[in-house]
Amino acid sequence: MKAATMNAARTLVAAAAVSLGLPAGLVSQAVVRTRPPTLGAPPALVVPRARVARLPNGLQLVVVEMHKVPVVDITLLVHAGSVRDPNDLPGLATFTAGMLDQGAGRRSAPDIADETAFLGAQLSTRAAAEWASVSLHVPKRQLTRALDLMADVALRPTFPDSEIARQRSQRRAGILQLRDRPTAQAPIAFNAIVYGALHPYGWPADGNDAAAAALDRERVAQFYTTYYRPNGARMLVVGDITLAEARRLITARFGAWRRGDMPPLPTPEPPRSGPRTIYLVDKPDAAQSVIRIGHLGVARNTPDYQALQVLNTILGGSFTSRLNQNLRETHGYTYGANSAFVARRLAGPFFAAASVQTAKTDSSLIEFMRELRKIRDSIVPGEEVAKARSYITLGLPGEFETTSGTAARFSELLENDLPLDYYRSYIARIRAVTPADVRRVARRYIQPDHFAIVVVGDRNQIEAGLRALNEGPISIRDLWGQEMR
Amino acid sequence: MSTATRAAPAARLYRRTALAVGLALLAFAAPGRLGAQALHVPYTTFTLPNGLKVIVHQDRSVPIVVVNTWFHVGSGDEHVGRTGFAHLFEHIMFMGSQHVPTGEFDRQLEAAGADNNGSTTEDRTNYYEQGPVNALALMLWLDSDRMGFLLPEITAPKVDLQRGVVQNERRQRVDNQPYGLAEENILKRLYPESHPYNWPVIGSMTDLQAATIDDVRNFFRTYYAPNNATIAIAGDIRPADARRLVERWFGDIPRGPAFTRNTPPAVRLDHTSYQTLEDHVQLPRVYNAWHTVRVFHQDDAPLQVLASILAGGRSSRLYKRLVYRLELATQVVAYHDALRMDGSFRLFATAKPGHTLSELQRVIDEEIRSLADSGPTAREVQRVQNQTEAQFLDNMETDLGKADQLNNYDYFAGTPDYFQQDLERYRRVTRADVQRVARQYLAQSSRVVLSVVPQGKTEQAVTEGVRP
Repeated sequence: MKAATMNAARTLVAAAAVSLGLPAGLVSQAVVRTRPPTLGAPPALVVPRARVARLPNGLQLVVVEMHKVPVVDITLLVHAGSVRDPNDLPGLATFTAGMLDQGAGRRSAPDIADETAFLGAQLSTRAAAEWASVSLHVPKRQLTRALDLMADVALRPTFPDSEIARQRSQRRAGILQLRDRPTAQAPIAFNAIVYGALHPYGWPADGNDAAAAALDRERVAQFYTTYYRPNGARMLVVGDITLAEARRLITARFGAWRRGDMPPLPTPEPPRSGPRTIYLVDKPDAAQSVIRIGHLGVARNTPDYQALQVLNTILGGSFTSRLNQNLRETHGYTYGANSAFVARRLAGPFFAAASVQTAKTDSSLIEFMRELRKIRDSIVPGEEVAKARSYITLGLPGEFETTSGTAARFSELLENDLPLDYYRSYIARIRAVTPADVRRVARRYIQPDHFAIVVVGDRNQIEAGLRALNEGPISIRDLWGQEMR
Repeated sequence: MSTATRAAPAARLYRRTALAVGLALLAFAAPGRLGAQALHVPYTTFTLPNGLKVIVHQDRSVPIVVVNTWFHVGSGDEHVGRTGFAHLFEHIMFMGSQHVPTGEFDRQLEAAGADNNGSTTEDRTNYYEQGPVNALALMLWLDSDRMGFLLPEITAPKVDLQRGVVQNERRQRVDNQPYGLAEENILKRLYPESHPYNWPVIGSMTDLQAATIDDVRNFFRTYYAPNNATIAIAGDIRPADARRLVERWFGDIPRGPAFTRNTPPAVRLDHTSYQTLEDHVQLPRVYNAWHTVRVFHQDDAPLQVLASILAGGRSSRLYKRLVYRLELATQVVAYHDALRMDGSFRLFATAKPGHTLSELQRVIDEEIRSLADSGPTAREVQRVQNQTEAQFLDNMETDLGKADQLNNYDYFAGTPDYFQQDLERYRRVTRADVQRVARQYLAQSSRVVLSVVPQGKTEQAVTEGVRP
């Protein structure tokens, strides 16, 4: 075992010790810690297979079998997201989704809550930007009763006036409480500034005070009748169930769902980016400033998607990313900094963000700008690109560990019309991303001259410092991102 | 249990890195098919000569592995003047060790496709790595180096840097959060100053500032020895391979000194105290806190069931009355927080615009009285039992959840595979149990009442002596 003290021999000796099962004492004598152990080949990615069926009414059914634990995860996706909000009523899509389980079929709102809880199920109804969803997570043995409940909620909501009034009042209280939550304010103001009033991605998902007051049964029922249709809808079933069983259960409950004339999805013009400007939203006495920097990003179907994933992992998508290392681990200005390209049917925003100590707001902005310019101006070393590629690809098996994790991955494919065998070629496409690709997409998709820099913080303490940076004019905004008068 | 975490797990792909997301600690799991048969997480265990205990669970369903290490130390081991230190120390554990230069811990794990994090509670500190199964040796090499060889690399600048990060964590979780200061104000009244549950895990800004490099060294020598740690390894590994790797990397770390943990005497409140805190909030909120029992005490599960019946979701009694029927509140929440040395029952509700906290408190007291007088219905108890069983099933899905729970049971219940016994605790709860604990710990006991009100609106606070 003496040879083990030579570094070169360390790995060999370790392997021998493992295979021969040598006693611990001998092995520990041999330990040389100065270099990390050599790792074996990473495991292959095994993605559970998705199988597809289509109901006569157009509803697409996708089933992924996972039999480790007797639970089932079901997601119904409907083209009824916030992009469907009418101009005069932002928040209608999320409100309608929230109303689905407030009375359905012969059940009252409390009936639905009681039955869901009694079955040990989790039932949720919500709307995101593009899609509304009804999702169910339930132990297998309660599946049929829970599916009856889900079908009532999705297909037969009653929208009682009393429940509309109750939920409207809850929503207004929630909007009032936005004033307390700078981390919730920053994205609302940022989206309003980046997208403006003509693009639904710029509207607050839960509306504003005036819109909340205007919500009524007629608008909700009309929205539901128009957009909650099987044409274009997708039903994803993941868990301890077979395709045949899923098809039978879903057809029995959703087979009679009637098609409708679905208006086309809106395709608004992408907004034009203005010159770099600092938008300050005052939050008196705030202990931190919430910073969000960015502009219009990309759509999910961009051919540059994989290169952008690698870029973002390097910039702000992992713990060792440049933004987090700089602002947190080098300077200690924040608990965490990150970045994202939000990719949807239409171009979502690109942003970099952090909550930073109030007294370091200007210093933090200097570091943000330094990193955001540097990743465009100088090529990312090959080793850093390789680490990001590995982080994305080698971590992928863990994404398919649970039914809900698997459902999230397949849901993303369904929401974006991506092929269900997407992951078959995915790893190869990530591995093909080169430092030159990273540089190209950084230069194309990160435009510091057009940044909207939103800061929610204590204006008295931070405005002078921000002004002195000379990174652009300062515009004072309210919590909706609108100009203050 | 309040938890302070080293980092928001960095998001893969395009998900935004959610800030301040802790490790889900209520995790339970088992391999194979579950249903009528018992929950069972098979494991092998061994203890190295230096006292390090290791628990290994094989689950071949996904080619990943988790290493989950518990050090049996938390903010409950801190002293007045150094609050928040256990968690600050947790951060320092990621700053490099003798053979792992600063930054390499995270860099190497990410390059292998693995994630990592740590978290601190009142009673324990945990660290985990999770990633592809071939990264196990790397995980153990990194963990063994910081367990055995941390001190040579500790420098004042490293401590200062993480002090700054932790202070920003406090700003983000506490100072810049509406109602964020409620918790530490409740704890101050629930526990005497000499009791280590008197302060929050995150600690005070002043104490964090006061921590020295000598504190770091002493804390490490006392608490970060192999004989005060347990490692749970779960995933697609062969137990014999895991054992050999652990023996290789951890075998030469010396055992640490024995130490005695002081357990403060039990605490009871002799009167109900009322306090009002003005905060930057739009709506007032009332908090109630009662002393209860430690974790795994025979009344722990009945108190958990009581919390759910009172205010666990939309089918709970207080939700139905306060939020749904009377529309006095925007939300109501209750939970039983059972820790190693003591537990507390917590209940809070936020008023809707135009309502005062006394109105809410009156209804809260009525519902507690009703449960204490008449108990819950059989269906209510059954509902919570069904939900608990479903939660146990969900937590069977992840290696990380199982590994952390093996450590949790090992430390608090004395055996790693306590999944089925834990579930049985809930199945055994009767209506009479719930009624009794409602009476004994809530209705007939003193409590801490804290009103958090908008600046200048102290008239919205609960006034003393509100009773049904």
